[in-house]
Amino acid sequence: MTASTAGTPPAALRRGSSRSSLGLLLDAVYSGALFLGTFLGVMALGLLLWTIYDRGWDRLATDPGAFLTNFVSRFPARAGIKAALYGSLWLMGLTAAFSFPVGVGAAIYLEEFAPKNRLTNFVEANISNLAGVPSVVFGILGLGIFVRLMGMGPSLLAGGLTLAVMSLPVIIITCRESLRAVPDSIRLAAYALGATKWQAVRHHVLPAAMPGTLTGAILSLSRAVGETAPLLVIGAAVAIFKTPDDVSDPFSALPVLIFNWTGRPQPAFAEAAAAASIVLLAMLLAMNAVAIFLRNRYTTRW
Amino acid sequence: MIVGFLSVCALLSVLVTVGILAVLLEEAVHFFAAVPIWDFLTGTTWAPGGGSGAAGDYGVLPLLSGSLMIAAGALLVGLPLGLATAIYLSEYARPRVRAVVKPTLEVLAGVPTVVVGFFALNFITPTLLRPLFGEDRVFIFNAAAGAVAVGLMVIPLIASISEDAMRAVPQSLREAAFGMGASKRVVSLRVVVPAALSGIAASVIVGLSRAVGETMAVTIAAGNTPRLTTDFFASIQTLTAYIAQTVSGEAAAGTVRYQSLFAVGITLFAITLTMNLVSIRLVRRFRQAYQ
Repeated sequence: MTASTAGTPPAALRRGSSRSSLGLLLDAVYSGALFLGTFLGVMALGLLLWTIYDRGWDRLATDPGAFLTNFVSRFPARAGIKAALYGSLWLMGLTAAFSFPVGVGAAIYLEEFAPKNRLTNFVEANISNLAGVPSVVFGILGLGIFVRLMGMGPSLLAGGLTLAVMSLPVIIITCRESLRAVPDSIRLAAYALGATKWQAVRHHVLPAAMPGTLTGAILSLSRAVGETAPLLVIGAAVAIFKTPDDVSDPFSALPVLIFNWTGRPQPAFAEAAAAASIVLLAMLLAMNAVAIFLRNRYTTRW
Repeated sequence: MIVGFLSVCALLSVLVTVGILAVLLEEAVHFFAAVPIWDFLTGTTWAPGGGSGAAGDYGVLPLLSGSLMIAAGALLVGLPLGLATAIYLSEYARPRVRAVVKPTLEVLAGVPTVVVGFFALNFITPTLLRPLFGEDRVFIFNAAAGAVAVGLMVIPLIASISEDAMRAVPQSLREAAFGMGASKRVVSLRVVVPAALSGIAASVIVGLSRAVGETMAVTIAAGNTPRLTTDFFASIQTLTAYIAQTVSGEAAAGTVRYQSLFAVGITLFAITLTMNLVSIRLVRRFRQAYQ
């Protein structure tokens, strides 16, 4: 680090190619290129957000009340996102309710209780693999198992379960990382006071690992809420003219609606799609903000 | 008792994999009874029939080539930018810059794919590609727009996995090189990158797997025309886009067309599974090397 920033290197070093004037030029070009590459990625995000804002803000801001509380319509000016917004909120709740307990349970078992044997290795490898399975394949799973085999139809319940199954691997992985970060001294102290293994986990390790687990869970939930492909596959609808009453109702969701509007030829629908994207992005950013807040506020450094 | 419950949670994840395979295989078996597997794997025309019966051509190569074009194009965009970001963050950036760039990339990774698809259709094609390469050369739906969009999504993946690998390279290696009079450029290119190579390779494979599995951006921006081509400005169709398009079109259960969904699904699953297995191996290797 210091060598490259120090003033003039000794003559012996200057003979090396890295200190020749060509080398210095290459150094500058190289670090410039690295900066440019990093900047381009950040700029792409800026352009994306600007495009969505530019196309959608007027549509959203002209009459936000109507846009949020109208149902879909053939006429872009009258179309709103009410059913999709409710659908996405229901899905968020259902996905969290299914994936969080199971994910945390699996993580606790694998990290604290599982014997080191072949079965455990297999389960672990299986979870890493599932984390890389494309979301559309989880949609096919949901279609085959929840929608058809269990006869749920394209209902909120089927959608929530599909998204929960999809989020599960990531929740397990992040929860395990937080459990692993809790030092053994905490466990040993609990044992020394006569706690059983489960008591130590339940009262000491798990609370200490909670902030990290919640952060990971919220992030994977925000990923699930933004998903389109699995919902499309299990049959999420667009033309829904009521808000869901219970989990057996058919549903719409914001990403599915955005996809539908994006595919229509009228420019006014593209504007509506951008406006709905702003709402979706705002929801996801709010979730991310909560996650980051939890991470910064409660994370303990051991 | 509680431990029993917890172990059931863990075993559920195995059940998910079994479920995926069972669902895919069950319908795919029917499909391969109607369409010989050899015709499926080597056929160069993908033209599913609408009604019942095997009417239609089910050669998967056009879909496969579509997916590979998107993956290759995405890597062309994502690898240089992702790698530059990783080296910059790991070797050059001051903590303050890092504190801005890292969360920004996380936000980019969190943008829903359908929104990225909207961006591709409404910005990348009309404002970037068409003025650059000519209106009549670039179709409204084209592989290049899909590839660039997926490339943007791959940047944060490649950047974060590669950066982790580079940060795992012990400081003593860098200091030894600096001690020999090497510049920062030489240290990062000749010491850090080679030492982190298995992690970088893993990030590339994870990126490829993500690109092959990406559905919405490709469905929206790259079109729905299955064809064997190398023209990046033409409309194509990927494996994933076929699944999304066919389910949106409500193919009736029991038809060959419906079953073809599962055959395509299993192809996709096999490709991404292979890549994931390789990348997990590679990641394990760089973790072992320096810890």
